[in-house]
Amino acid sequence: MSIIIDEKTRVVVQGITGGEGTFHTQKMQEYGTTVVAGVTPGKGGTTHLNVPVYNSVADAVEKEGADASAIFVPAFFAADAIMEAASAGIKCIVCITEGIPTFDMIKVKLFLSGKDCCLIGPNTPGIISPGKCKIGIMPGHIHVPGTIGIISRSGTLTYEAVDQVSKLGYGQSTAVGIGGDPIVGLQFIDLLKLFKDDKNTEAVIIIGEIGGTAEEEAAEYIKKEFHKPVVSFIAGQTAPPGRRMGHAGAIISGGKGTAKEKMKALEEAGVHVAKSPAEIGQKVKKALVSA
Amino acid sequence: MKIHEYQAKQILSKYSVQIPRGEVASTPSRAREIADKIGPKVVLKAQVHAGGRGKGGGIKLAKNPQEAEKISKEMIGMTLVTPQTGPEGKLVKRILVEEALDIARELYIGIVIDRAKEAPVVMASSEGGVEIEKVAAETPELIFKEYINPATGFLPFQARNLAFKLGLEGDTFKQGVKFIMSLYKAFAATDASLAEINPLLITEQGNVLALDAKMNFDDNALLRHPDIKEMRDLDEEDPLEVEASSFNLNYIKLDGNVGCMVNGAGLAMATMDIIMHSGGMPANFLDVGGGVSEEAVKNAFKILVSDKDVKAALINIFGGIVRCDLVATGIVKAAKEFGLKVPMVVRLEGTNVELGKKILKESGLSFYPAETMREAAEKVVPLAKQQERS
Repeated sequence: MSIIIDEKTRVVVQGITGGEGTFHTQKMQEYGTTVVAGVTPGKGGTTHLNVPVYNSVADAVEKEGADASAIFVPAFFAADAIMEAASAGIKCIVCITEGIPTFDMIKVKLFLSGKDCCLIGPNTPGIISPGKCKIGIMPGHIHVPGTIGIISRSGTLTYEAVDQVSKLGYGQSTAVGIGGDPIVGLQFIDLLKLFKDDKNTEAVIIIGEIGGTAEEEAAEYIKKEFHKPVVSFIAGQTAPPGRRMGHAGAIISGGKGTAKEKMKALEEAGVHVAKSPAEIGQKVKKALVSA
Repeated sequence: MKIHEYQAKQILSKYSVQIPRGEVASTPSRAREIADKIGPKVVLKAQVHAGGRGKGGGIKLAKNPQEAEKISKEMIGMTLVTPQTGPEGKLVKRILVEEALDIARELYIGIVIDRAKEAPVVMASSEGGVEIEKVAAETPELIFKEYINPATGFLPFQARNLAFKLGLEGDTFKQGVKFIMSLYKAFAATDASLAEINPLLITEQGNVLALDAKMNFDDNALLRHPDIKEMRDLDEEDPLEVEASSFNLNYIKLDGNVGCMVNGAGLAMATMDIIMHSGGMPANFLDVGGGVSEEAVKNAFKILVSDKDVKAALINIFGGIVRCDLVATGIVKAAKEFGLKVPMVVRLEGTNVELGKKILKESGLSFYPAETMREAAEKVVPLAKQQERS
């Protein structure tokens, strides 16, 4: 099993005719993802990568039965794209776009509240249920179908963790990048709840980073309600306060959001915390043996 | 992005936030002219991107225009050291010359985005003029908050709530409400990430003014605010960081001697962490972007080798969809162009990794190859220590 997406997922790509959209749609198709439509306003009626292109997400939903969307549109148009997908009834919206202004995301979150859909990202590598469906930009070939769930705020660091897990002979049920921005869609807790009910997920890896309090909130939830083994790594133990470490969300401000605080909260919740990023795979092994 | 106090006040006054009369000067004679106009008594404030200026001698009172000129001579061109500048301090190029006002009360107003609540929050405190983090830690009950619904904006009753809690009365109350409403308007209209008035001044006559002002902006929104983008003061930033930003690289200079070049911010932070766990300290954070173009590798390489503090470097690329042979070719080209000035440990992983390694090996350049992050960190730290000694 897997969470959110599987072999039945029907994907529409918003911004399919752009450079990024084209490249990654091809990669998704190669992986076996069912891409049923593309959307580029003004190019409706054409075909791109053997996929029909529509002027709106609503058309793609009506004509092709799309239920998930991958967004590759420029930052200033991405908030609109997310809200369009939600209005059209898309259930899973994956926004790859990086650099969306925070105020735009505040409005998006307000717009989405009460709607029956989930947003992954923005500024995310996406989501993958190995062997079934990939919506995003992650390298498919390092993933192996299996029983480890992965939730991460990062991109390439997630690949590192996936790679370690795959090389040790464990695979992934679903790996989700929640995004590196201050305001994102699904959070650690939302995904932990889904992994909790997924019979095929035996353990979960949480990859956090400095900034915000999402890891502390996840620790609180794990302590109370999540009983599968959890392994965690928090990036940014050496990051100086007040400096944005690449991701808009990765900043220690007002003495809050340090790696130390997050690691402490997770340890207190019984999470196996890897101090070094090289230990993530080994920690999973240990956690599964002791569980 | 950060801006100077005088720039923040220029923006705020456009949104009808009350500020003291004043102008910015970059010469002592200009400071005297301004004092002539608005004085005789004026306050001279060094314009640098750091707080705690008063403690370092960056805020001074002048009784008359002559004295304003005299103090300005000392202040302009001085290196101001405050608790926030670090020991190297910051060069003062401009000073803000403002009317000296009498102080009845010093309050605090700040607006930030609350990430957990996914909304802007306006915070007010009667304890102005001091570090608000300290107030928040020691006496959190003295900080009042109002969260903003982005659909309605900041509502008048919320501003009244805060003004009442600050103990404002009569005309001062009315001015206070207007002040807070205007401040939020400025915050929202400029895509700010911080608007902080500390202290918010209540004069003996009961007038409400921003004695100090600090604004930071959302970097992702700057393209829609070209006027604010122009306010960036490159002199306030590290020269290598400025160069990196012109190449669209995420680079931050740090204190250690192990340089790093990594693709992706999370992996870059993790690489810094593993260097520390191996007994070394990173010289920088450098994210060449998840996609790693040849151009990015070249520019990043140039920045790494121009940092004199870098004694050895670690290049950690998790190729993923990007092909390792292309990355390796980029590294070799850059090394030939800029020289392999320090030992470099290279760890490549991902698509075509074997071909990438072969390209490095056959380049004739003496890179130190590594298979894993751990191996790379354990190799680079002793190399940096060795170079440091020699």
